[in-house]
Amino acid sequence: MSTVLRIENLRIETDGDTPRTLVDGVSLQVDRGESLGVVGESGSGKSLTVLAALGLLPVGTRVTGGRIVIDDRVLVDVEADVWAGERELRALRGRTAAMVFQDPMSSLDPLRAVGAQVASAVRVHAPRLSRRAARERAIDLLTSVGVRDAAERAATRPHQWSGGMRQRAMIAMAIAHDPLLLIADEPTTALDVTVQAQVMDLLAEVRDRTGSALVLITHDLGLVAENSDRLTVMHHGRVVETGATRAVLAAPAEDYTRRLMAAMPAEQERATPAVRTGEADALVAENIVVDYRVSGRKTPVRAVDGVSVRIAAGETVAVVGESGCGKSSLAKAVLGIQPAAAGTVVVGGVPVRSELAARTAAERELAQIVFQDPYSALDPRLTVHELVAEPLRIRRAYNRATVGTLLADVGLDESYAKRLPGQLSGGQRQRVGIARALALRPRLLVLDEPVSALDVSIQAQVLTLLDTLQREHGLGYLFISHDLGVVRSIADRVIVMQHGRVVEEAPTAQIFSDPQHPFTRQLLAAVPRLDGPRRTARPAAA
Amino acid sequence: MPGRPSPSVIDVLLFIARRLALAVATVLAVVTIAFVLGRATGEPGALLLPDNATQADVQALNSSLGFDRPLLVQYLDTLVGLVTGDFGDSYRLRESALGLVLQRVPATIELAFWAFLIGLALAVVAALTIQLTGSRVLRAIVGWAGAIRQSVPDFFFALLLVLVFSVLLGALPSLGRTSYASLVLPVATLATGQFVMYLRLLDAALSEQAGQDYVRTAIAQGQRRSTVLFTRMLPNAIVPVLGMAGLNLGGLLGGTVVVEVVFAWPGLGKLLTDAVSQRDFPIVQAGLVFVALAFVIVNTAVDVLVRRIDTRTAAA
Repeated sequence: MSTVLRIENLRIETDGDTPRTLVDGVSLQVDRGESLGVVGESGSGKSLTVLAALGLLPVGTRVTGGRIVIDDRVLVDVEADVWAGERELRALRGRTAAMVFQDPMSSLDPLRAVGAQVASAVRVHAPRLSRRAARERAIDLLTSVGVRDAAERAATRPHQWSGGMRQRAMIAMAIAHDPLLLIADEPTTALDVTVQAQVMDLLAEVRDRTGSALVLITHDLGLVAENSDRLTVMHHGRVVETGATRAVLAAPAEDYTRRLMAAMPAEQERATPAVRTGEADALVAENIVVDYRVSGRKTPVRAVDGVSVRIAAGETVAVVGESGCGKSSLAKAVLGIQPAAAGTVVVGGVPVRSELAARTAAERELAQIVFQDPYSALDPRLTVHELVAEPLRIRRAYNRATVGTLLADVGLDESYAKRLPGQLSGGQRQRVGIARALALRPRLLVLDEPVSALDVSIQAQVLTLLDTLQREHGLGYLFISHDLGVVRSIADRVIVMQHGRVVEEAPTAQIFSDPQHPFTRQLLAAVPRLDGPRRTARPAAA
Repeated sequence: MPGRPSPSVIDVLLFIARRLALAVATVLAVVTIAFVLGRATGEPGALLLPDNATQADVQALNSSLGFDRPLLVQYLDTLVGLVTGDFGDSYRLRESALGLVLQRVPATIELAFWAFLIGLALAVVAALTIQLTGSRVLRAIVGWAGAIRQSVPDFFFALLLVLVFSVLLGALPSLGRTSYASLVLPVATLATGQFVMYLRLLDAALSEQAGQDYVRTAIAQGQRRSTVLFTRMLPNAIVPVLGMAGLNLGGLLGGTVVVEVVFAWPGLGKLLTDAVSQRDFPIVQAGLVFVALAFVIVNTAVDVLVRRIDTRTAAA
């Protein structure tokens, strides 16, 4: 079998007088029809490595060592001073090697009809094709990746497409010229698990048809286990381990690989619940209804349709479901950010009004929130100390020592107090977010995807911290997540939502061992596992 | 393109109706405010008569112009005039105020249109060139030149142009509106100012687009960088600039007093400022109605254009 992509000893540095090395001595190889998984945490250099292969490195970074060969053409050979020109790269991009990017929302031009974008991807390497023919080919491609009514939908713009559908369109563009190599950079990270499964099925199916090799870049070991023949693990810009996926995962030779695997949420429920009896329930929400007005429509859209949740002190209740199922709206209604149209909310034994504006200061203190994205949830110009002190100052309860205690509680010592969010890692920022939420001693913490923006090893640390804090303070957690692995390791009970309604509610162990509702089963089946079924394209007859 | 979801007839009618209502409301508001401010600053009699006129003469003139009537009657009279298009005669020039304004409109439109078009076109060309060449030197040069131009007031820049091109070189006329050549200097004065502003906006917008994921997607498909720039980045970048441009063109159509005075350009701005200082209310009213309408029309046109480029805004 011939090699489609060969990277030898690649080195990537930043520009400038004091270059930082981002990728160092990375070698990898993909054969025709093969699927290679490249796994690593953020900053491991996995994306840069493949971007370099197509000459797509972001501004400010450049290749300073090594060789890159695609389909027997030497694109870069630093020692021999060979550098492929823009023209040569252009001929290659989209035809020999095509990419599927992470966020299908931002990866499509918001102004142009999706069909037109696919058509222009077709015409790039087939300039003689008439516009009409390109358009027809685009519709065929969209149909082939499972877009229904492609002819009609082709004329609509990306914002009218769902995330999963947009990713299908991205794949349609990528396979327009039956490339030898498909590079998928976190292709499903922005998608729900069920949609993720559909997209990965689709990728396997198109590879069956086109015989393309696949480079799958991801942080998700489960995804790699199910979708790759070989595996390369990267850490801090270097290759840590490489080999057949099955073999590596069954018997990892390197310490880092083992650590990565260990950090994956364990497939078991937490051992000892922290529920406290005899204390007021953290949350009793009954028959919550949330409506959104949509301009141009007479009837409002019902996001949450009569949902009830009860969370005891020290209990974690997870709400899971696909995006748009109403789980975030439910959390907003509990907090009063999006007032419930109907239903009652009782936090820590105190009935509160549905609108946040109507709640008294004391009522607001009862329920606090930790946000998903620790990068945007903290004011970049405030120090860690000020961030945590802010809620206390508002309540005129500021006291230096209190802030210190709060920071210590989340595992940040005095040395962090003076730092700005920009000087913290993602995990440290989320700790600050948690400390800030705890400042007013709430009874209920709403955790909206609190670890989904973090690397797995950091995820595990934050989840442990949340567990400790819960035991210490008897907090009730309303845990919103799409990640069933995380849910399993922290939740006492799970509520499964679909179309604004609860379809199943049960203790965590029962949900995972004996799911009743078909939708719950579908969700569980879609989660990629290390020992999950493999999607492998038949090796193309090369 | 076949299959593009075209807005329904009702949508279009609704849009037009809403815009008409807005235009009417705007004109009404402008006229009302002008009326109140005008009457609050005094009656025109004393200003129209020579210094040695007696108090009785002034009174007589004011009452012959209708200023002795109750304010409400005067206001209603103005509104009736507005509806019938009869703004009365200018107190000073004894001619139809509307006629006087309309006389000046072509000169104003000519100047505003060319200044706007040349300024915007040059800015687009310059911004695209900066992006295509990726030249930091070019960006720095244009940036510095722009900063210098903006730090020079229009009237002074106009005088510099006159000095160089009319006095020293004798190449271009410095006064009046006699030939196409006489258009060059006033347009150059205004267009350079417009150019600097649009270039700043566009350059920032294009640079922001350059970092977007969809640009990387297009490059990764093998598209030429120039194609991506023209067909993807430019439409995305120009939408916010167009909104700004609409407001600006509206402002230019309201007249550009300084430039008109320097070049003796027979435009609306000079007529209106004179009319205001003379309390020549019919001209003020007629002129303001024109300016308000021009503003609404230009901004409606911009909105339509933006909706065509970016259909997402149509839904909002």
